[in-house]
Amino acid sequence: MTKDTRRVYVDNNATTPTDPRVVEAMLPYFYQMPGNAASRNHPFGWEAEEGVDYAREQIASLINVDPKEIIFTSGATESDNLAIKGVFEMYASKGNHIITVTTEHKAVLDTCKKLEKEGAEVTYLQVNAEGLIDLAELEAAIKPSTILVSVMWANNETGVIQPMKEIGEICARKGVLFFSDAVQAVGKIPVNPKETGVHLMAFTSHKMYGPKGVGALYVSRKSPRVKVTAQMDGGGHERGMRSGTLNVPGIVGFGKAAEIAKAEMHQDAERLSKMRDRLEKAFQDNLEEIYVNGSRQSRMPHVTNISFKHVEGEGLMMTFNQNIALSSGSACTSASLEPSYVLVALGLGDDLAHSSLRFSLGRFTSEEDIDYVIEKVSAGVNHMRDLSPIWEMYKEGIDLNSVQWSEH
Amino acid sequence: MAYSDKVLEHFQHPRNVGTLDKSKATVGTGLVGAPECGDVMRLQIEVDPSTSTIVDAKFKTFGCGSAIASSSLATEWLKGKTIDQALSIDNMTIVEELALPPVKIHCSVLAEDAIRSAIADYQQKNGIEVAVAEKTH
Repeated sequence: MTKDTRRVYVDNNATTPTDPRVVEAMLPYFYQMPGNAASRNHPFGWEAEEGVDYAREQIASLINVDPKEIIFTSGATESDNLAIKGVFEMYASKGNHIITVTTEHKAVLDTCKKLEKEGAEVTYLQVNAEGLIDLAELEAAIKPSTILVSVMWANNETGVIQPMKEIGEICARKGVLFFSDAVQAVGKIPVNPKETGVHLMAFTSHKMYGPKGVGALYVSRKSPRVKVTAQMDGGGHERGMRSGTLNVPGIVGFGKAAEIAKAEMHQDAERLSKMRDRLEKAFQDNLEEIYVNGSRQSRMPHVTNISFKHVEGEGLMMTFNQNIALSSGSACTSASLEPSYVLVALGLGDDLAHSSLRFSLGRFTSEEDIDYVIEKVSAGVNHMRDLSPIWEMYKEGIDLNSVQWSEH
Repeated sequence: MAYSDKVLEHFQHPRNVGTLDKSKATVGTGLVGAPECGDVMRLQIEVDPSTSTIVDAKFKTFGCGSAIASSSLATEWLKGKTIDQALSIDNMTIVEELALPPVKIHCSVLAEDAIRSAIADYQQKNGIEVAVAEKTH
């Protein structure tokens, strides 16, 4: 039997491959045009600055903002930190209350936790079974000391999209700033912070087929004019908000990725949502006891998060991980032994959270890839269920909730 | 995270997967762990009462690769051992044999618990004084 060497990548929410057109656009900026964009007195610097300016326009155009409103960073984690810490420091005289959501990315949650130690008061909104926040709850949580509402556009684990426009309206009415980590949304679905009432927005190149190591923070300059306190001291680049020599090839690649996304996003989304739906339907036809996690109405077109009951996610992944790359909400994939906090926040039991896989398709996913994933994962689930004592008990009609488990 | 060759080998070719008739007096069943914790092991032994020797062992495990490998290895080791010998199997021996990383040590602990629990079940069924109290971790 020949070894199956096929490799299918359906972990695009972790990172995307860099589009070859992006790589091509970047290459001249490594050797032929190596200048520092801040060098004002020679052509090397001018070329680099032109490359950055053009990229800034391409990126601004993708999200329909002014190029001056784009601050380049090293990635979305830095953008999240800069937005939240920067607002907390800049608007300290206005208040110390921040509202966010339990299902946010760690870059937001851990930043908020850090600020709590520095005097911030943080409200963590719960989500419902669909993964969505309650707008009335958000509105009720806003008080005179509230300076910032931080809600991610689309969730990385489930793909669930929050009611952004409604949140924007509430924030505008209450006069508080609205920040969004839009890493998973930008370049994949139309994102327009101005129309949505978002004042600051973090996003990154490597989730939209650009290179790693470069991200951006959109900061509104007009109505309202928002400022953030810089988190690094240095040369005062990026309108004083983010010092540090610009990553010119990375930024050029980010710009090209934005241009391609603007042109191809709709066709990609349509194609991927069909493939995603086909994948879900095939699992539902092939297997019993599977559950799609999170809203199926308000979600990204390329993502599905599925729990395969009575099978543990990491063990399941081991049946195919030589050939298929994806993620699990199982504890065992992390050092913590806790299952995905995002899925737990949706009200899934820990057992279902341990049994989940996230499939995130991308621009380079083919129909053949989907066929292969359906075949391999279905076989893996059946194999693991044959090994699973709780599957056997379920099949015998034993109520698993009535069993006295020995917690350890 | 890479798995050791031994974990992979047991995962790909698990030994002694299956179910023994738990109603038989000669069969002891241990069910340990919890679905909420991400691993449940069911380990069963069949004992020859005349010699107190384990003649067969089967397992089913819900869990990660290391949990499956730990229980597969445990069943392999149990066969042919007397109850007393089986009780001396220590989780750290499993850790060493499978080269489990620190984050997976709990899988070996669970396997040891499963062995002890299966033996205790057999002893209780047969009115034998439970030799060693179950270790708690």
